[in-house]
Amino acid sequence: MSGQSVSMGRRSPAKAAAPLLLPAYLWLIVAIFLPLSAMVFFSFASDMPFSGKPWSLTLSNYAEFFSSSVYATLLLSSFRLALEVTLWCVLLGFPAAYVLAKVFKGRTREAVFLLVILPFWSNGLVRIFSWAMVLRSGGILDTALNAVLPFKINIDLMYSYPAVIIGLVHSYVPYIVLTCYLSLQAIDDSIIEAARSLGASRLTILKRLIIPLALPGILAGSVLVFVPVIGSFMEPRILGGRTGTFYGTVIEDQFVAVFNWPLGAALSFILLAVVLIILAAASPIMRRAT
Amino acid sequence: MKTYSLLVAAASVTLLMQSSALAGDVHVLNWKGYGTDESWAVEAFEKATGHKVINDYFNSEQEMLTKLRTNPGLYDVVMINAAFNDQATAEGLIQPIDVSKIPNAADIGEEKAASPMLNHDGKVYGVPWVWGLTSIAVNDKSFDETPTSIQVMWDEAHKGRVTLRDDALEAIQFGAIASGQNINDIKDMDAVKAKLTSLIPQIKTFWGSENDWNQMVAANQIDVGTYWSGSASRAKKNFNLPVTFVVPEEGAVGWLDALSIPKDSKNVEGAEAFINYMIDPAFYTEWDEKVGAPVSANLKAVAALPEDAFNRKVMGDPKVAERIQFQAPVSDADREAYLKIWQELKVNVQ
Repeated sequence: MSGQSVSMGRRSPAKAAAPLLLPAYLWLIVAIFLPLSAMVFFSFASDMPFSGKPWSLTLSNYAEFFSSSVYATLLLSSFRLALEVTLWCVLLGFPAAYVLAKVFKGRTREAVFLLVILPFWSNGLVRIFSWAMVLRSGGILDTALNAVLPFKINIDLMYSYPAVIIGLVHSYVPYIVLTCYLSLQAIDDSIIEAARSLGASRLTILKRLIIPLALPGILAGSVLVFVPVIGSFMEPRILGGRTGTFYGTVIEDQFVAVFNWPLGAALSFILLAVVLIILAAASPIMRRAT
Repeated sequence: MKTYSLLVAAASVTLLMQSSALAGDVHVLNWKGYGTDESWAVEAFEKATGHKVINDYFNSEQEMLTKLRTNPGLYDVVMINAAFNDQATAEGLIQPIDVSKIPNAADIGEEKAASPMLNHDGKVYGVPWVWGLTSIAVNDKSFDETPTSIQVMWDEAHKGRVTLRDDALEAIQFGAIASGQNINDIKDMDAVKAKLTSLIPQIKTFWGSENDWNQMVAANQIDVGTYWSGSASRAKKNFNLPVTFVVPEEGAVGWLDALSIPKDSKNVEGAEAFINYMIDPAFYTEWDEKVGAPVSANLKAVAALPEDAFNRKVMGDPKVAERIQFQAPVSDADREAYLKIWQELKVNVQ
């Protein structure tokens, strides 16, 4: 009897966890790992495999990236776009998260929280097309402002860089709100009260207490925003017009328009590598912050 | 267990696909919304011949070729732009057609029927179906008088109200026409680049589909842009938009779409009947009247249109015909080079 219970207690935690982890990992293997490996394989093929044409393994798709300055320029502009969008998301999302975590309580908080997650419930394309209706000249924003203002202004933001930023910020700001909310809520109110009782100004409390303590949330949210935005293609294509050519749209072209999957896959993996390098470079800062 | 059930699913899908390819079914591969899938037409054809039509679609010529390569024996009729017929024939994706079994083919214009792009070694690999132009169309609200020159795209007065299709081949060939060159033999690529570079600041946005173009005109966002003749007439007829198609004095790009029978088709007889129906005057006049269509390759079908129809009056005008440069096959190397030039232009002139 006692021996049995001892052996039960000694069962390794990995073994005990296996039945719980297995479904998730099986799913990840089937749904993510296999297609991704196929894409790695395509990125080294000289022509689309299974298309009936002869093909061989090659590095030329990766060499293509370095053959002209176009792809590097595009990657740089996508990088800039991602940085700007992340910045705006933090600027807009952090105060909202603060109010949610520290000012509102109970029912009000729930209601406001719902408003924050609401965009997630609608399809991305629907959101983008509704922005198109708002931003174009003669659109909702233009008409509304002209109805209120005494002088005539013409607002036509559609098909411009700001339109891309607006669309992307709207799509991604909830990520920042949610992550910041979690880390802000974890801050003990009594710490803030203590600081206040010792005579710290509001600004000092924000700078020396709240932001440092919420930094893990801000950084996690920023990564969640930055990574998808650098590869975004739908928003730039629909809202950006002729300024909407980014790294993501060029990858999309390779897959959809010219049917050059190998080059598209190679470009995607170069993007993945660049993102990983950026994250690796930023990780010492992030570790110190957390 | 999971892989096993996946295998079973995959096998049953394959079985389903094969069993649906029974004789009596005509599998058609074409662009979506391009004549062969009009429900009234399909219904009439099925009633007349007893063959059932099943449509499948592609989004690019490359995708069409891949679908033919990977699904041998699945399709019975495929719509191939004449410029791609060479490649499809060389790869053995399509089979020779016995034109004598397609009565309406006798009425096809001699020059199109004998096109070297569709005939190889004395055999016919594609029956000319419709042809049209890639040129410019204008928003009537923005012009008192319809322009006659392609230079209107570069006019300062229309800055920010011009649109161009986001397609490398079309853009480069458009640049060739604007710089007075032969679209099939571009000698001075720098002139094309310079012309397009100065065009890009004029552009509001690129268009991808007919729907994009029509919506921009409906919202009065553009004055002029490149467009296809068939789409312009659809915009006017089907959607009541103020659109006029222009064949400018500098010229226009002409294209010819033909119907072919893929190799190993399981229903050649049905395919022949379907092709015959597609070039029939009765189908064509209804298509052009109801929906708006390009110009039929069948001379009798065009003659059956009302006298003032665009496809008869303008496209049939010998003076217009003189200005058309028909698209010849484009090699893969040229195609990739064009894409590169086009991407560079878009990125550098932002």
